[in-house]
Amino acid sequence: MDSTVTTGAEENVWGGGNRPLGASYGKLMMWFFIVSDALTFSGFLAAYGFTRFKFMETWPIADEVFTHVPFFHGIYPMYYVAFMTFVLIMSSVTMVLAVDAGHKMKQNAVIWYMFATVLGGAVFVGSQAWEWATFIKGDYGALETKGGRILQFVKADTGERAALADFASVIPDERQEHEKRNGVWYYEEKALPSFSLNEVIAGFESQPNILIRTEVLNEEGHKTLLSREESLEKLKSAVQVVEGANLIQNEYGSRLFGDFFFFITGFHGFHVLTGVFINIIIFFNAIVGTYERRGHYEMVEKVGLYWHFVDLVWVFVFTFFYLV
Amino acid sequence: MAHEHKLEIFRGLLKFKSNVSKIWGVLIFLSIITIVEVVLGIIKPASLTGNFFLGMKLLNWIFIILTVVKAYYIAWDFMHLRDEKSSLRRAIVWTPIFLVSYLIFILLVEADYIHNIYRDGFVTWNF
Repeated sequence: MDSTVTTGAEENVWGGGNRPLGASYGKLMMWFFIVSDALTFSGFLAAYGFTRFKFMETWPIADEVFTHVPFFHGIYPMYYVAFMTFVLIMSSVTMVLAVDAGHKMKQNAVIWYMFATVLGGAVFVGSQAWEWATFIKGDYGALETKGGRILQFVKADTGERAALADFASVIPDERQEHEKRNGVWYYEEKALPSFSLNEVIAGFESQPNILIRTEVLNEEGHKTLLSREESLEKLKSAVQVVEGANLIQNEYGSRLFGDFFFFITGFHGFHVLTGVFINIIIFFNAIVGTYERRGHYEMVEKVGLYWHFVDLVWVFVFTFFYLV
Repeated sequence: MAHEHKLEIFRGLLKFKSNVSKIWGVLIFLSIITIVEVVLGIIKPASLTGNFFLGMKLLNWIFIILTVVKAYYIAWDFMHLRDEKSSLRRAIVWTPIFLVSYLIFILLVEADYIHNIYRDGFVTWNF
């Protein structure tokens, strides 16, 4: 502001003298960015809502997709995501405490609180990476029909999900691999699923305990379970084995479910990652005393706004992706 | 930089002695809401999933309302909008609320229409 030509009066309105919003330039610009970014995220989530409403009766149930906790075996729906939410809120708290310490010019407190914030952010990003890896790897495996619908398997006696490995029979066959030296047109071959379609079908026919579960939700909000006869009939429409998830198909159900998972949590995870880097910069600046020399810790406050925004977005992603 | 903090939440029902204790108080409140959400999400009480309001399960309405409450406290106390001038606060909050409500309204109405087309149309989508 020093370069502004002074017109004599310090509080000249048209000379930029007053601040009607009572906030500094940097803080206002951070708010501009946050509002525009909030609209971007809203666009993503609204598109998710659009797709969800469009495929209301066939959308996957999040509780059945995100059931894993690192280092534990078994089915624990939601616990890990709840933990991630808590970590992010906690790191938001240490960030506010850092801002508060900054107002009081307590350098050491700012440093320690920033350190805790960076740590929380790193734990969250790591958890999200793990969540992605689990999602991509998949757990039970499924078949895809000609119409692009997913058929999952259930054990008739216990009602538990059946993995392909539980019932598929192994049929020895040899696979001719196309190699580069054999042709002009050569593409890398895609990774094969652990079982071929024929192996899954043969295994299904030999084991009467296995039933097919379709994507369609029934009155109680559960996936429709077919009878043995219906299952055998449905099996005829299967065209390929799907294991895990990618941008084209996923074993959990609707293809768009996987796409939105990758886009929304990926975009949010990218924000968290950026936030962690910015927090690290602030952390080191606080250590070397940049803000002590500057005379105020407003930078911590501005970065804090961004960090809280990331937390704010996660609250919505958590609700719309995992709860609703 | 607003150095003076407004220290009461819940419309003055709860007043904290310092900014730091207010932060911890808000954390406890947000944690309770998250725990309630997760517990409801795991139990899924039949009375809430069986009843509908405006075409959506009561449980989902509860989730959405709790989310907005959480968002309010994050924005008001962590992003200290509570301490900003009301003009700044309104510019920040009402702009997205207006735009996003409109977007959600048109997209969901359209999606519902397409859903009905898929269900009642003469073309089979699941073959």
